[in-house]
Amino acid sequence: MGAYILRRLLQLVPVLFGISLVVFLNMALLPGDPALAILGPYATPESLASLRRELGLDQPLWQRFFIWLGNVLEGDLGRSISLQRPVIDEIAERLGPTLILAVTALALSLTLGLAAGLIAAAHQGQWQDRLLTLVVLLGISTPQFWLGLLLILVFAVWLGWLPVSGMFAVYGGGDLLDLLHHLVLPALSLAVVVAGVIARLTRGMMIEELSQDYVRMARAKGLPERAVLYRHAFLNTLCRMVPVIGLQTGFLLGGAVYIETVFQWPGMGRMLVDAISTRDLLLVQGGVLVLACAYVVVNLLADVLQHWLDPRIRLQ
Amino acid sequence: MKRAHLLQRWPPRWRPPSLRFRGNLLALSGLVLVAGLVALALAAPILPLADADATALDRRMLPAGSAGHLLGTDQLGRDLLSRLVWGTRNSLAVGAAAVSISALLGTAIGLVAGYLRGWADTVLMRSIDVLLAFPYLLLALAIVAALGPGLVNAMIAIAVVNIPFFARTVRGAVLGLAEREFIDAARLGGARQIRVLFRELLPNVLPVVVIMMSTNLGWMILETAGLSFLGLGAQPPTADLGSMLGSSREFLTTVPRVAVLPGVVILLLVVGINLVGDGLRDVLDPRQRGDPAPSPASPAVAGTVPASSAEPRQAGRMLQVAALSTRFYIGGETWRAVDDLSFDLAAGERIAVVGESGSGKTVLALSLLGLVPRPGRVVAGRIAFEGEDLLRLPEAKRRRLRGARIAYIPQNPMTALDPVLSVGTQLEETLRAHRPIPRADARRRAIELLERVRIDRPSLRVDAYPHELSGGMRQRVLIAMALAHDPSLIVADEPTTALDVTIQAEILALMDTLCREHGAALIFITHDLGVVSRLCDRALVMYAGRVVEAGSVEALISRPQHPYTRALLACAPELGRPDKALAPIDGQPPPLNDLPAGCHFAPRCQHARARCGVGAIALQPFGDGRRTVRCIRADEIGPWQP
Repeated sequence: MGAYILRRLLQLVPVLFGISLVVFLNMALLPGDPALAILGPYATPESLASLRRELGLDQPLWQRFFIWLGNVLEGDLGRSISLQRPVIDEIAERLGPTLILAVTALALSLTLGLAAGLIAAAHQGQWQDRLLTLVVLLGISTPQFWLGLLLILVFAVWLGWLPVSGMFAVYGGGDLLDLLHHLVLPALSLAVVVAGVIARLTRGMMIEELSQDYVRMARAKGLPERAVLYRHAFLNTLCRMVPVIGLQTGFLLGGAVYIETVFQWPGMGRMLVDAISTRDLLLVQGGVLVLACAYVVVNLLADVLQHWLDPRIRLQ
Repeated sequence: MKRAHLLQRWPPRWRPPSLRFRGNLLALSGLVLVAGLVALALAAPILPLADADATALDRRMLPAGSAGHLLGTDQLGRDLLSRLVWGTRNSLAVGAAAVSISALLGTAIGLVAGYLRGWADTVLMRSIDVLLAFPYLLLALAIVAALGPGLVNAMIAIAVVNIPFFARTVRGAVLGLAEREFIDAARLGGARQIRVLFRELLPNVLPVVVIMMSTNLGWMILETAGLSFLGLGAQPPTADLGSMLGSSREFLTTVPRVAVLPGVVILLLVVGINLVGDGLRDVLDPRQRGDPAPSPASPAVAGTVPASSAEPRQAGRMLQVAALSTRFYIGGETWRAVDDLSFDLAAGERIAVVGESGSGKTVLALSLLGLVPRPGRVVAGRIAFEGEDLLRLPEAKRRRLRGARIAYIPQNPMTALDPVLSVGTQLEETLRAHRPIPRADARRRAIELLERVRIDRPSLRVDAYPHELSGGMRQRVLIAMALAHDPSLIVADEPTTALDVTIQAEILALMDTLCREHGAALIFITHDLGVVSRLCDRALVMYAGRVVEAGSVEALISRPQHPYTRALLACAPELGRPDKALAPIDGQPPPLNDLPAGCHFAPRCQHARARCGVGAIALQPFGDGRRTVRCIRADEIGPWQP
């Protein structure tokens, strides 16, 4: 197990290197002049040239990359123009709320998705399956940002049960209960699509597992159907689902961009959208880099978890 | 989420979806929905709609149904209906453009990587892997950030982040194809590489690409709409569903209509596209379909099986099977897997059921256990076991017999054990399924059982996982499971077929000993009569779901009377007789949904006459009376000459 984790950590190095290369090249090669963006259209050519020198833009591309990479490794992601503070400080503030939202949404979508997939597979072809398949199809076809708006309209505006937006109440809030209160709608809107995808995949894999010989054997042993479903078919499905669920977190992190915008959630997603509209390229670069690394780490954790769950892989 | 598509298999053949959707109501309605929206979008310029971009500040937020504005106006006095239609047109166009670009570039990369292999493959695929390491909406955001907001830029960003999915799938398809002969033939024939790529490979991967496009189009429309919603895609005053939602968001509480309707249209569009995509997938991977497919057991519902008067009950017989028929109903056709089958078994007696694959042997075993998978069903007959009428027993009681009084040994020990649980856990759950004993006791019993099936160091092996054991060991574990509750009947379905010859003999010897020790009766299913000569007393020979000959194993081997039994013996190799000429049986067993009239074996029988194909042929006593044969020429064809 230890050796496996070490090997996976080593494999991480080239992936992270590739990610930083893509993030860097995306900003460096695509049209757009950071100096111009900073100084605005009325800057003199002299001041532009001096700023470019200051930013190191006059050096060859590969040198700039390694200087940038060196800075990143030291935790220096540059300075945000629009916010006038180090990018890393802003990200440090924004990461927490995004993680709270994403983890809650993941928990919700796992609960809903695995349960729906399990029930549908156990009743393949019956009305439960048909109904769930239809609901799931609606779920994954729903524009998340629109769903968020609908939920606000119904539960916040019409019924008044939950707050419209934000993470804490402006006055007198700030405790855990207040946070949960604000978390319900955004987490639900974010969870629906991923729950649908997880339900579909779970159903498909579970149906495959149910046709395996070991399931017939479990029934032939006289096990109650519940034990056949949960202990055997579902456990095997779960082992196969773990890495897939890891991949789904990528969608959660992307969806957070919409949901944080709709609900005015003070996380990374909204920071990115604001940064793009103010052309704050370093902030975008830093944000994307950090979230991509988080995604890679989550997938590593998923692989390790599968390794630990599945004895077949454990041995190799 | 996109990666889900990679798990799907590509299609073997391509036919237009409309042809394949017959009977799939959901997919058809999706097709109709999409066709309607596409027609509306195409017709937008010629429809009598108000100007979508004409603002009129005096007519802001008119309610639905106002004169000239069927759905009212938006916050700038523009006609909502008109903007919705034009917005649909834009969303469709952008989605189609994005999916075409990623399909084109992704296919090109996949083709080149899969065809050239080597360093080109490595470089291309490593780059693709790096792109896949991003949460892909974030990559799209980064691209839009660099290019600047705009509908075209948003489209490019979404197209780029989807390229990897196409590239990987196409490469996989090409690798599959490259093994086939026609590609080699084209290469050897001196065809130029480019020609092979475009003339030979491209047409073959095109179906894969089309399926991927149809399953990805919905996502891509959602994503571009999302970017527009964030203000990073379509810019005002362009009518785009996403940006309409985004710009009217602030009016959500006052005039919900303007913020809700664009979302409804996006939803309809994407639902329609996904329904079509799902329909396509259903056709290509029928196992995932919503039909009642092979799934949990469908025991004959108590009371649905008419009581049979075929055979009066004989006292002292532990198992009596009378006129048993099991059928599968698939797509309006009836498959007669087991047809009018009768036999009985005394306590401790052993019977072999012999036949080719597809003769109904396994379905017979599952019928006895009550585990016939849907859409199969026991439709007639009677199974009396230790005084109980099994087919009339409720499922809960039937379950309590399985594994306790009637045990099962499966065909393939490599797949019959759950791969993620230790063999000890699986033995313990067997023990605890019928008797509530403490876990510690169950474990002790499990170790005892492993010892009884002659497994070395059972207290160590009990914690082993199935993949850590050899095939022979796994079969021993399964035999241990069968013995867990001292059953009076064991149904073994070709338990040695998947094993090496040397192991086969050991397993047979073990079963012989253990059955004797436990006094269990045995139904041993096999395709090889020779295997069971020392194990079983009697044998049934099955062909196309029916018994064609029954008698003592000794008699069947030395004096087979039915032409099929003779053919089976003639094609079986024998240990110690390497010079024996093997005569394969010509032809195939008949399909069980289209059985020939008269004798089912007649089309393959060298003794067949015209009258063999007429009417029902009964199982008749032959010779000493302990033998029965289903052949009207049994008395005419003379003794067997091997």
